[in-house]
Amino acid sequence: MTFVENLTLFVLSAFVGYEVITKIPTNLHTPLMSGANAISGITLLGSVVVAGSGSTTLATVLGFLAVVMATINVVGGYLVSHFMLDQFSKGGRN
Amino acid sequence: MVGVLGGLPQSVLSLAYLVAGVMFIQGLRDMTHPRTATRGNQISALGMFVAVAVTVLWFEILSPLVLAAALLVGGAVGAWLAVSVETTEMPQLVGLFNGFGGGASALVAGAELVDTTNGLAAGSLPVGLTATAAIAGLIGSVTFWGSLVAAGKLHGLVGDSPVSDNAGHAIKVVFLLAAVVAGLYLVVQPDVLGSSPLASWVPSYWVVVVAASVLGVFLVVPIGGADMPVVIALLNSYSGLAAATTGFVLNNTVLIVAGTLVGASGLILTVIMCESMNRSLANVLFGGLGESSESEDMEDIYEGNITETSPEEVSMLLETAGRAVIVPGYGMAVAQAQHAVAELAALLEENGVDVEFGIHPVAGRMPGHMNALLAEADVSYEKMRELEEVNPTFSQTDIVIVTGANDVVNPKANTDDSSPIAGMPVLNVSDAQTVIVNKRSLSPGFSGIPNPLFAEDNTSMLFGDAKQSMQDLLNQYKESTG
Repeated sequence: MTFVENLTLFVLSAFVGYEVITKIPTNLHTPLMSGANAISGITLLGSVVVAGSGSTTLATVLGFLAVVMATINVVGGYLVSHFMLDQFSKGGRN
Repeated sequence: MVGVLGGLPQSVLSLAYLVAGVMFIQGLRDMTHPRTATRGNQISALGMFVAVAVTVLWFEILSPLVLAAALLVGGAVGAWLAVSVETTEMPQLVGLFNGFGGGASALVAGAELVDTTNGLAAGSLPVGLTATAAIAGLIGSVTFWGSLVAAGKLHGLVGDSPVSDNAGHAIKVVFLLAAVVAGLYLVVQPDVLGSSPLASWVPSYWVVVVAASVLGVFLVVPIGGADMPVVIALLNSYSGLAAATTGFVLNNTVLIVAGTLVGASGLILTVIMCESMNRSLANVLFGGLGESSESEDMEDIYEGNITETSPEEVSMLLETAGRAVIVPGYGMAVAQAQHAVAELAALLEENGVDVEFGIHPVAGRMPGHMNALLAEADVSYEKMRELEEVNPTFSQTDIVIVTGANDVVNPKANTDDSSPIAGMPVLNVSDAQTVIVNKRSLSPGFSGIPNPLFAEDNTSMLFGDAKQSMQDLLNQYKESTG
């Protein structure tokens, strides 16, 4: 049953994503990409759960690497987006 | 397995995830306008913070030290990369981050498998877990290696000419099959090594990872540098799907929602990019460009028809112009000419000239890259016009300055059905009174075909490096307008 619930969530999210993202102008596609990228770093959650519960050394090592990678993705992605969007709002004041 | 918040009912965790999911969606909604976009990005980041914080507090962390160290290392590296990057190098950084997202997904799935195997009798891994882990491992590894190669190409570390050969296709097929077979094996027969000590490593999963890694490399290596916007967008979509699949592995709602949003975003951008080049995704990924046999045409077209101009002459034209359109291409970005171009535009504006930028969707090395570069140089986003908006205005335009662009202004796309770029939407700059093309030489663009625009009567060539030429033009114009 859980799989079907997950699938429901997946399909509905896909529709929401389509509706919202097609409205984003070309101007903002680069910041959108790095922002979306940061969101995909949500795997961090998975890494946290696994790294935290790691009952074997191997699982802990894998979890550690996963957390490092995902955190780079999240922190870097949001910051890059932020800097870029700042440029856009600065440009808008001209 | 419960931590600080662990005494609370499960629904609290799920509610927190719902809040995070809503914040991601609201963040993306705010991205639809530059005015609200910064706020949107912050809302999205806050959503991420909520999701991570709740997760950390909820689950008992056996090794909080390990977790804290990993968060610290990752955060520091990510922040350092983001702070030190130049806007021209943005595409490869985004590609790199993207790869890390995919890599993390693959590692999480592996860790979860190893962890679960350890607590179970061999062979009793649940099918739901093995199946989704196999998919996460496949997509995650392809994303990781594909993104690294793409970033390397964009950074000039890996050769970026498009190649298309049958051996390459065969390798891709073999490794895709290997990954799929190993994945199926993982699902059907997870205990391939029985009770040997290595069995706890879940070896078939790592076969999937290795095969998918080779596949990822071979998928991207043959794709040309100019097609990277599509590849980066597609890999972005993959990393989202990898995250969503990890959500299926861990039964985690917010992973599914967020991953799917990213998957949709990447896919939509991919489709937009392909449409802007009038090519199918399959053609971009596997085709290279059609062989061009027209190199001898080039002299026929250009011979005796090329008019050369100078910054002085262009400056004079600008003094009498009422409306000017600037068409930037990747060459402008490479030469770092965006600041000179932006300054020129601002000065023209001051002198009462109506100035706009005509931006082709695939100008640059990732979707919207040219816009980001110009915004960094203080160009207002209202001045940046998309192809469909700017094309009808060229007939009322006195002067068009094309700098560092070639294929996106090639009229052959409209006139010659046999051309490799036939049907690709282009900027019809020759409708304007005068066209100035700033380029280093008459060499062809990415498509490898000559551009008849250069030989047209109302076109003049301003040869030279984009930055130098634009700076000279700017100085000349400053002088003459006093």
